[in-house]
Amino acid sequence: MTPAGNLDATFAALADPTRRAILARLAKGEATVMELAKPFEMSQPAVSQHLKVLEDAGLIVRRVEGTKRPRRLAQAGIDAVDQWLAMLHKALEKNYDRLDQVLFDLDRNRKGETR
Amino acid sequence: MSKLTLKTEGDRQVVVTRRFAAPPKAVYRAHTDCELLRRWLLGPEGWTMPVCVSDPRPGGKIRFEWANQNGASFYLTGEYAELEPPSRLVHIERMYLPDPTPDNRVETTFEPDGTGTLLTVQMTLPDAATRSAMLATRMEYGMEASYSRLETLL
Repeated sequence: MTPAGNLDATFAALADPTRRAILARLAKGEATVMELAKPFEMSQPAVSQHLKVLEDAGLIVRRVEGTKRPRRLAQAGIDAVDQWLAMLHKALEKNYDRLDQVLFDLDRNRKGETR
Repeated sequence: MSKLTLKTEGDRQVVVTRRFAAPPKAVYRAHTDCELLRRWLLGPEGWTMPVCVSDPRPGGKIRFEWANQNGASFYLTGEYAELEPPSRLVHIERMYLPDPTPDNRVETTFEPDGTGTLLTVQMTLPDAATRSAMLATRMEYGMEASYSRLETLL
């Protein structure tokens, strides 16, 4: 999967407040569908649907434990968001470092004119 | 040490802050004057802005075109919406890749900070799908290693 394609799915998944709440819960540790459904007053199928979206976006993973399928946060999905923010950060830093120089030159020219 | 902060607010906004040594009047001018914009609003190394249009009045047009030495280019158009020199600027922009991205409302504020300026840029987007598209675009734009991929988009 391309990073950009994965990011689209990631941000679409993150757009829903219930899914963000589920991620916040999973940030505290692994949980089963039943455990996740309880605080949200949602049916298990509804929660399962949200979990599928999060899973397809690479944000969570499941493991098999008997009849249970506990979910936990996937490091790769979390990293993808962080990675994007780091890229934007880097591009803006470049722009603003150049702007520092432009402003420095402006100030020097202004002082030169009034001398 | 990095002076820039970047954070997401809810699912609709990205907020960037940065301090500058110059007063708000100068930083504001650097955001609206093409002669100055062309010297810094360039993203990764190797890009220039051969075309710059900036008419800083309500409804005034914006057009920035970027190009690199490999012949790749892209552009954005926009309009100024609200101008309160030297403290606040609101404009709408869309990037052509080549299809236009949905309109992005950008609010830029310039607050006095000692003898310098605290710059805050808030980008508001219509929905998460749009934001993800823009984020993906900006990621491409920000990555030096991805020039070839950017070119395939153009």
